[in-house]
Amino acid sequence: MSSEKSVQVSELTRKFGNFVAVDHVSFDIPKGEIFGLLGPNGAGKTTTIRMLCGILKPTSGEARILGYDVAKKPEEVKKRIGYMSQKFSLYNDLTVAENLDFYANLYGISQETMKTRKVELIEMAGLRGHEKQITKDLSGAWRQRLALACAIIHDPPMLFLDEPTAGVDPVSRHDFWELIYTLAGKGVSVIATTHYMDEAEFCNIIGMMYRSRLIALNDPDSLKEKMKGVLYEIDCAEPALAEQILKIRDNIQDVAAHGILLHVLVKDENDKTMLENVLQENGINITRIERVLPSLEDVFVSLVNQENRMHVRAGID
Amino acid sequence: MRQSFHRIMTIVRKEWIHIIRDPRTLSLVIIMPVMMLFLLGYAVANDVKDIPLVVADLSHTDASRTLIDKLTGSDFFLYTHAAQSEDEILKMLDEGMVKAGLLIPDNYGREISTGGSATIQFYIDGTDPTIAQTAQLAAETISQSLSQEILIQRLERSGTGMQISLPVDARLRYLYNPDMKRMNFMIPGLVAIILQIQALLLTAFAIVREREQGTLEQLIVTPIKSWELMLGKILPFVIVAFINVIMTVAVGAVWFGVKVVGSYALLAGLSLIFLLGSLGLGVFISNISKTQMQAMYMASFIMIPAFILAGLLFPRENMPGLAYYAGYLLPVTYFLEIVRGIILKGADFVILWKWIWPMALFSIVVFFASVLMFHKRL
Repeated sequence: MSSEKSVQVSELTRKFGNFVAVDHVSFDIPKGEIFGLLGPNGAGKTTTIRMLCGILKPTSGEARILGYDVAKKPEEVKKRIGYMSQKFSLYNDLTVAENLDFYANLYGISQETMKTRKVELIEMAGLRGHEKQITKDLSGAWRQRLALACAIIHDPPMLFLDEPTAGVDPVSRHDFWELIYTLAGKGVSVIATTHYMDEAEFCNIIGMMYRSRLIALNDPDSLKEKMKGVLYEIDCAEPALAEQILKIRDNIQDVAAHGILLHVLVKDENDKTMLENVLQENGINITRIERVLPSLEDVFVSLVNQENRMHVRAGID
Repeated sequence: MRQSFHRIMTIVRKEWIHIIRDPRTLSLVIIMPVMMLFLLGYAVANDVKDIPLVVADLSHTDASRTLIDKLTGSDFFLYTHAAQSEDEILKMLDEGMVKAGLLIPDNYGREISTGGSATIQFYIDGTDPTIAQTAQLAAETISQSLSQEILIQRLERSGTGMQISLPVDARLRYLYNPDMKRMNFMIPGLVAIILQIQALLLTAFAIVREREQGTLEQLIVTPIKSWELMLGKILPFVIVAFINVIMTVAVGAVWFGVKVVGSYALLAGLSLIFLLGSLGLGVFISNISKTQMQAMYMASFIMIPAFILAGLLFPRENMPGLAYYAGYLLPVTYFLEIVRGIILKGADFVILWKWIWPMALFSIVVFFASVLMFHKRL
């Protein structure tokens, strides 16, 4: 039933001139979930979220939010969604309270409701005592929380977050996701875009976008389990050289640097000896080699490499 | 309907806060009209008078002194230097000590008294065409009137004792601007400038700023309709523009003595129609600009030709054909005729109709076209 889905997207496409920013993207998200749209900059995440909010018109395809078609019933959708962009769209010359009042008035919230709601949100955002402060003077993390407060002032059942933690320190990023968790716990459905892989771990469902297309859609654990092959973490001398050497071997699927460590993807556990041999032949000392569980970043890198290989093959054909 | 009104007023309140808290906007709103008024009043509109004059009187006679008195007795020339030769006059002009020179030859007095004809030589510094033209006109007029006087004296002396008068006695009476003050020409122009520049710039900036900050995007996801947003953004600037027009007209009347002869209501009503067009252009500019910088360039691209071709600073009558007719493409041209008509002549609606309809047509078309375009951009 459509009423149990927060978002239903089918074949959603957006072109800018000749450039296809979003290419036939389809997905359904159940209500109450935190859905993370993951991918590098320019993958089409923001364009997708903008179409879902009704800011951009799709070139083709359909999007339904809480059962309402965005293109046909924009007013019904607007009442029920909150949207927070990476720019934290606040009025910098207004005070904290003025920003909240402004959005409250646009949503037609009554004065009585507003009184309690404002106290609640200011408490949530940790802005008590700063109501009269000009927004410009707030730190990035506070502005972020105020932007969230403004976006949910009308208590929407659906919340869109476009790169919500851009330019915010790691501790505040964590606090912010805790807030989102609390909201989700109250039954709010959330869609967030991010290119921080660690943030994706906060999401129940993850969609990976690459080159305008959705290349994977699942919960984080399933994504990791489904990754083909076995991942080894190698601590060795001259990791940069080792990476170059391993990259050109056909029987090694992926090599990626993780700080001074290397993550190497091979077919199965039998390849461990092969790895050790290759490195020792080249005179590289191995301090440690062990099998690790893939992170979402590993999954993403592996998927992207698969995509690229397919792309190359398609090009040759 | 009540909800619409509520949302419009929410935007209006927010715009007021922006205007009041932003020193740049506030100064543009308050200082600019006053500054323009005094700039135009004292720098541009200064009528040319007291042109510094050097005289080399080689004749030293009553006749030559009469000539000098006539010239310096007018407000046009100020006798600042005396010289002994043409070279000396040219040198002073060269050095910029004077703007005009007069050489009276040594035979001047003799020729005048013996009924002959004397040649006097004027030198005019042509660097500044306005001063040069004034000097030329004044020199010619004054010498001609002196010639006539001398001629009549000669006739009376030689003749039969009868009273001689000139066959044609041309008398001029200036209507509407009796003192020929440039300020009377300028104040109405200033009203047009304010309504054009201020309304256009402020509106364009107010909308583009929201686009730059990303708040426009945020507004799109709220239930506000695009026409409500538009109206809410425009209304404060309509009020600001009107306060400024009132200020300009008041300062013009009190300080510069330019009184409004015609109807205030008509002036206000037609200003509102013109304002509609200006605001529309502002919205149009904001539609095609991504940043305030771009909006600024676009605005000057529209405004500079408008000011030159519409006859704000220079009369259109002197413009070459193409420029003259190009002026008819600009609504500000019509509005200038209207404002000058009302303030200086007390013209009424019927008289002004030929200017009103093209202006109204333009304003309404531009306003609605821009607003509709804005809708699509949302």
